[in-house]
Amino acid sequence: MEYALALVVLAVVVGAVLSLPLRRRGEEELREETMLAELSAAKEAKYREIRDAELDHQMGKLSDADWRSVDRDLRSEAIEILRQLDRVEGHVPEGGMDR
Amino acid sequence: MDPSRKRKLRLVVALTAAVLLATALIYTSFSASTEASKPSQLKPGRSYDLTGKVVPGSIRHAGDDLRFRVRDRDGTASVPVTYTGVVPDPFRDGREVIVSGELEHGTFVAERDSLVTKCPSKFTKDEQTS
Amino acid sequence: MAGVGSACLAIALLTALYAAAASVFGARAGRREWVTSGRRAIYCVATLCIVAFGLLEAAFLRSDFSYALVAEGSSTDTPTFYKVTALWATQDGSLLLWATLLSLFASTVLFLTRRSLRDIAPYATAVLGCVAAFFLLLMVGWENPFDTLATPPLEGAGLNPLLRHPAMMIHPPMLYTGYVGFSIPFAFAIGALVAGRTGADWIRATRRFALIAWTFLGTGIMLGALWSYTELGWGGYWAWDPVENASLMPWLVGTAFLHSIMVQEKRGMLKIWNVSLICATFTLALLGTFLVRSGILSSIHAFGASTIGVQFLIFIGLVIALSAGLIIARLPQLRSEAKLDSLLSREAFFLLNNLVLVGLCLVIMWGTFFPLISEAITGTQASVGPPWFNRLVTPLALVLVLLTGIGPVLAWRRFTPAALWRVLWPPVSAAALALVLLLAFTNAADSPASLAMFCLVAFVLVVVGMELARGTKARRTMTGESWPRSLARLTGRNRRRYGGYLAHAGIAVLFLGVAASSAFLEQRDVRLKPGDTFEVDGYRVTYREATAKLGGDSAGTGAPISFGAVLDVRKHGKHFVMRPSRNYYSSGDASLGTISRFFEGEATSEVDVRWGLKRDLWLAVRPDIGSLEKPIQEADRKFADSPGDVQALIVAALAERYRRDPPPAAFRAIASPLVMWIWIGGAIVVLGALVAAWPSPEARLRRVRSLYSARLGRELSRA
Repeated sequence: MEYALALVVLAVVVGAVLSLPLRRRGEEELREETMLAELSAAKEAKYREIRDAELDHQMGKLSDADWRSVDRDLRSEAIEILRQLDRVEGHVPEGGMDR
Repeated sequence: MDPSRKRKLRLVVALTAAVLLATALIYTSFSASTEASKPSQLKPGRSYDLTGKVVPGSIRHAGDDLRFRVRDRDGTASVPVTYTGVVPDPFRDGREVIVSGELEHGTFVAERDSLVTKCPSKFTKDEQTS
Repeated sequence: MAGVGSACLAIALLTALYAAAASVFGARAGRREWVTSGRRAIYCVATLCIVAFGLLEAAFLRSDFSYALVAEGSSTDTPTFYKVTALWATQDGSLLLWATLLSLFASTVLFLTRRSLRDIAPYATAVLGCVAAFFLLLMVGWENPFDTLATPPLEGAGLNPLLRHPAMMIHPPMLYTGYVGFSIPFAFAIGALVAGRTGADWIRATRRFALIAWTFLGTGIMLGALWSYTELGWGGYWAWDPVENASLMPWLVGTAFLHSIMVQEKRGMLKIWNVSLICATFTLALLGTFLVRSGILSSIHAFGASTIGVQFLIFIGLVIALSAGLIIARLPQLRSEAKLDSLLSREAFFLLNNLVLVGLCLVIMWGTFFPLISEAITGTQASVGPPWFNRLVTPLALVLVLLTGIGPVLAWRRFTPAALWRVLWPPVSAAALALVLLLAFTNAADSPASLAMFCLVAFVLVVVGMELARGTKARRTMTGESWPRSLARLTGRNRRRYGGYLAHAGIAVLFLGVAASSAFLEQRDVRLKPGDTFEVDGYRVTYREATAKLGGDSAGTGAPISFGAVLDVRKHGKHFVMRPSRNYYSSGDASLGTISRFFEGEATSEVDVRWGLKRDLWLAVRPDIGSLEKPIQEADRKFADSPGDVQALIVAALAERYRRDPPPAAFRAIASPLVMWIWIGGAIVVLGALVAAWPSPEARLRRVRSLYSARLGRELSRA
């Protein structure tokens, strides 16, 4: 008895929670935020790679020539990410990320 | 050396290493292993890991020696065991044990410190059934 | 409330299945609202699991013996701390712990990635939902922790005394957190494969989870070793027991994974290898859980007849088949973006370290499953013992520690032997110096493997120290900061790198302890009467007197009877007292005799250890209660139907008799050098892992000022 009652109550509650996003279809604006977040993450990673390569170079783990080519590639990739970021940001209100 | 040949060479080296490791594993494990045996299967003249249950009421202390009988997990055949060394905490009547040694004149003479008792009760299912 | 708990689990099972279905449908049909709903379903599973866990925990706390699980694993006289932890000492309870931890981890990672990884996250949600559903299905179908008893007993069976040890109670949740944690990178790897996004995104998103899982698993393994050392009464910390091995295997492969993902992030290589490694790690984690449950291998921890072994095997089989199939189907996308330029490169050595780690895992796996293998081949069960493991693992461990030292100094892509020598000559000379000193002043040469290990440890420690010094120096010349400030800034801004180096140093220290204590310990087994003296490793140990305590031993395990010994230890004019003892727990079996049953239950050694940085002195006592046998049997006859308080008096009298006229007791004394450094090394590894996993300053800054940092970044890249 207790089991059946709990089963019904829990099923109703969970069902309500899960159907909420299905009824509210305001997902579109999220797409840009998602892209923004993804690009920012990619940017962070790129920056870290640039710094890491720099440190490797300072510590003698990358030869001068290697480092220059690696650094050039990384930086051009970073610039590409920043360009995309700017494009997306054009559609998002200031500070939209931080909510 | 051209790149494809180099790759092939690396592959061969890696495979050789893998085969060597595998051979070492198989060879050493089969030569170093000891056979597990029930009391009813023991034969004299070679060493075994004896597995079975401690016959209730058979545990005796004699000086530094511990004497007890081990019987088949699912049978009645049993063998006397003499053992020296550390006795694991869970050792007692009816417990499943593993002990290494050799059969000498009808008695299983165990190697020092080789007694292992299965810890039966972290999940107590088996205690209830036994 | 048991009904509510069962209902929670049933609904959680349905919700987990819904999560999988909804997120896959959402991703396929491009309907984001279904993906959101699926993600929320995982949050719901977590909530339901927590409610169920809370209900069960409450039942344990109020000792409600109408719950079968509580009656089996707890009792009113179990100390509160052990009542709380008795939940996961039972099979059903540990399944619930697994499911709860899994749903919590899954919710956390899905919440953190809710706005990123659009393509991968839905499939990862589905994988996590399926894994959760499997564990919930086990509980709903076969092992319901909320099973009730029609006639509740008045008293529970109590928690196994062997498990009444703080380390043992934290050890299982640590291991489980590790096992469960690896399901996160696994789920995202599978998600990346399904979505065809095989770049380093999934690694970036879940690397931290893999590291945290690795840390917990490692801590769990260390705690298990500590428990073995201080509670099991044999004095060792590692016995190559199947259950120990089962936890070590995923840790080793996980270690390989943490290293090789760096190659994918840096060079876009080893993609197939990385997804294979994480699939293997997760499979081994499941296998670890399964081995503990199934009892197919005999072990001191074997848990006897289990009802869920087959289900586990089927699930493991499915995981292996599906991941292998998926990897093969995606082979074209998993092509390397770069080639291995030279065998003399950091990449190549990463690969080598991976091979050694995986090789170690294979060796251990072979040994662990050898009884099954030999039964399949020769028809008889045979097993390999610790000597076999030691013989094969030792050389691999030596190579591993060597690589631990070489790895950090290597250059990416390629380096020349001359350049390598320039950075390696100081650590090599340190190792050589260590060799000379050890040969001249110690007997380390008695064990060549240990001697080699000592030299390698010196090598690694010098490498790590030099790396720090060189980094600091480089930063100082750039910024002109003071030494300590440079050092702090350097490590603070490159946490992952220097955290990793710290972990390397910790591993070296750990192996220092292992090498010293395994080869140079001194052990004595003696029988002593009060007043007798023996010597071990320069310690003069005298058995002063016997002790007998009723109710409440010093360790707080709630043991009713505790017989022990007081020993005086002298060395070089120093003097201290040690008090090992042995606890006796009464048996619930009334047929044993009214008084006998107090002595016939479980018994555990309460070891006394004199901890020291140079060496531990470890003492265990085994009182001979055989001399009490006759009076006990007499008491059984005389007081067969006596009430409880009379029984207590009798037991007290027997204990007093033992204390006043103790028979010779058996002692085991072990003096093992540098054992302490195993635990210290382990702690350093954990510290290093925490440093590496801590969010980097720029990531935290991003949350506050993301837009400005983008602008800042533009400046950086223009310069």
